[in-house]
Amino acid sequence: MMRRIRAWGPGLVLILPSLIALAIFVYGFLGWNLRVSVSSWRGLAPAHDFVGLANYTALFDDVRFTRFDVPNIALFTVVFVAGALAVGFALAALLDRGLPGEQAFRSIYLFPMAISFIATAIIWRWLLDNGDGESTTGLNRLFADAGLAWHSDWFKSGSRWAIAAIALPAGWSLSGYVMSLFLAGMRGVPEDLREAARVDGANAPRVFWHVVRPMLLPVLMSAVVILAHISLKTFDLFYAMDQKNIKIDTPALYMWFTTFDGGFYARGAAIAALLLLGVATVIVPYIWYSVRAERR
Amino acid sequence: MRRQPSPIAASLATVVMSLMCATACSKSKEPAKEPPKEAMKEPAKEPAKEPPKEAAKDQVEVFSWWTGAGEQEGLDAMIADFKAKNPTIDVVNAAVAGGAGTNAKAILANRLQAGNPPDSYQRHAGLELADDIKAGKVEDLTKLYEAQGWKDKLPKGLLEAITIDGKIYSVPVNIHRANLIWFVPKTLKDLGIAGPPKTWKEFLTQAQTIKGKGKTALAIGPAWTQKHLLETVLLGELGPDKYTGLWNGKTDWKAAEVTAALDTFKQVLAASDIKSAAADWQPAADRVIDGAAVYTVMGDWLDGYLKGAKKLKVQADYDVTASPGSAGVYDFLSDSFTLPVGAKHHDAAEKWLIECGSVGGQDLFNPQKGSVPARTDADKAKYQGYLATALKDWQDPATKIVGSLTHGVVASNAFGAEIDTALGIFVESRDAPGFAAAVAKAYAATK
Repeated sequence: MMRRIRAWGPGLVLILPSLIALAIFVYGFLGWNLRVSVSSWRGLAPAHDFVGLANYTALFDDVRFTRFDVPNIALFTVVFVAGALAVGFALAALLDRGLPGEQAFRSIYLFPMAISFIATAIIWRWLLDNGDGESTTGLNRLFADAGLAWHSDWFKSGSRWAIAAIALPAGWSLSGYVMSLFLAGMRGVPEDLREAARVDGANAPRVFWHVVRPMLLPVLMSAVVILAHISLKTFDLFYAMDQKNIKIDTPALYMWFTTFDGGFYARGAAIAALLLLGVATVIVPYIWYSVRAERR
Repeated sequence: MRRQPSPIAASLATVVMSLMCATACSKSKEPAKEPPKEAMKEPAKEPAKEPPKEAAKDQVEVFSWWTGAGEQEGLDAMIADFKAKNPTIDVVNAAVAGGAGTNAKAILANRLQAGNPPDSYQRHAGLELADDIKAGKVEDLTKLYEAQGWKDKLPKGLLEAITIDGKIYSVPVNIHRANLIWFVPKTLKDLGIAGPPKTWKEFLTQAQTIKGKGKTALAIGPAWTQKHLLETVLLGELGPDKYTGLWNGKTDWKAAEVTAALDTFKQVLAASDIKSAAADWQPAADRVIDGAAVYTVMGDWLDGYLKGAKKLKVQADYDVTASPGSAGVYDFLSDSFTLPVGAKHHDAAEKWLIECGSVGGQDLFNPQKGSVPARTDADKAKYQGYLATALKDWQDPATKIVGSLTHGVVASNAFGAEIDTALGIFVESRDAPGFAAAVAKAYAATK
């Protein structure tokens, strides 16, 4: 008995503070959130009753949630993740060729990530201005000055794709990060493997496709998971871009506004729970996969 | 394989932790940081410095969102006056930055729920306070009103708007007017328009002319300015009594005249630059000043912006009048202070409220803030330019007083937030009956 404690004890003591913090601040609050989501709490006075899944079923009848928030966040996630992956990959492929000044380029591409989403949104709000003629600024102005008869309403467009315009600032912010992930992956491929392929007569595209690509799969997986969960929980970018514009409304924004403007605590908790579920569907399979891969 | 379930559990734990932060931390942790720090720092410092006076020295923590230009100076002036009258009381100014209290409200909600209220906090007068009252967070101030004789000094319409179930819970310091339309006289002259529109119908006719000359009839900003426009159109089309009825259940949202008014709102929106709406109310006003747009509907805080930041002169460079169809009506909003239940310095807080309700305090604060005093016996000489006419209208017994929807007077927080949602959808769908039905339903659900 003593021996077992001696073996386990120091380790346990070491991680105990973080275990306790985890138990309270993660699982405790998670549980509290779920508890609130099945109550009728509205306004400043907490209600500790039990209304079953009423808040959830009400959300499925909620036009804002079903017809705007959910399609919006799905569309945004797809465009943002695909865009950031494509740009990040392209940048990595270019840098991997050992350009002169690679260090400088790498830093330049990575810099936007150091800017908070709020600041990013304020810059891009100006860049994505959709005013007419002389009064417009940003990208539309650039196109006009370059003589291109191309004008977009971006996130103020009447189309359902309006929210996809926000993928531009989001992608601008994170594609440098994706680039560095891919670049690390590419550099991790041993040179002798490439060499062997070349000796076997493979040209550069074939080396990439048959040797480098399979080894980038884990990088791709982590990039997708990181981007997807950032996308689902993004709040500040939309918040600062155009407040309460329903075209760029998402579940995270609805949760905040309904809880803190309206005092609908139970409804906000239900949205939070669904958001958690959404993120879990992205992440849990990934963890399952990586744990199994590690064991093999 | 079965013997090692721990890696999965551990990874799941990490994931769940990051997820939780996605939803919970970002919303509640950040705003909670500031005020307690400030609140704890100040009292701790004071007794340490002057130990003998510890018992005599009282304090009052005043919570507001007055940190902007003008309002901060006004608050400071009022605090200085308070200190002169109450030398034994220290004022802890716990102001939280953020226009219209966007950040302050979330922090306040946290403090009220934690049972750690400031000694007095700012709220828009009216139903914005209803939640706090229902939850038993603020004290009834009716006795204080009687002791100070305030009921005779405030206009009847204002008293009605701040009386909830026969009791009054807050002391209004200032009055802003929401139903105003702003323009540049020269622009009108160049376009051959005789004067600002008297009705929304006339506005729509003018809008045709304006559009023909390549200008925008109405400049608009983000969602809350659209709500502000909605309330002025409803007020202009339905008149003050039916407008007030919309918020207390006496006017049926599905009535034909309400639908007609919403239809007018739709046409007004179509005549505005909502497709490329400005990011805030100041840039929207800039479009009018620059001459790209002809009108903008905004409250009288715009006067402070044009006068102060833009250095313009009322009547010469810009002018203002009641929004179409609302002449003789004062659509007001007001900042007021409360006495929370469980305030640590109850008596000092009461003294602060007396300062807020006094002629002296209001006359110090309002000229700086660019609003008029709630009291009708204020010193007229202190109010110049636009404020002089505003004060005349406010003190005129013939003026009809109604409360603002957008700025917390006539709708509870819950009802107001549900209207935000319905309006956002309406601006997209332009479905007036659908909007009316959604608002009627929200009213019933949040009553």
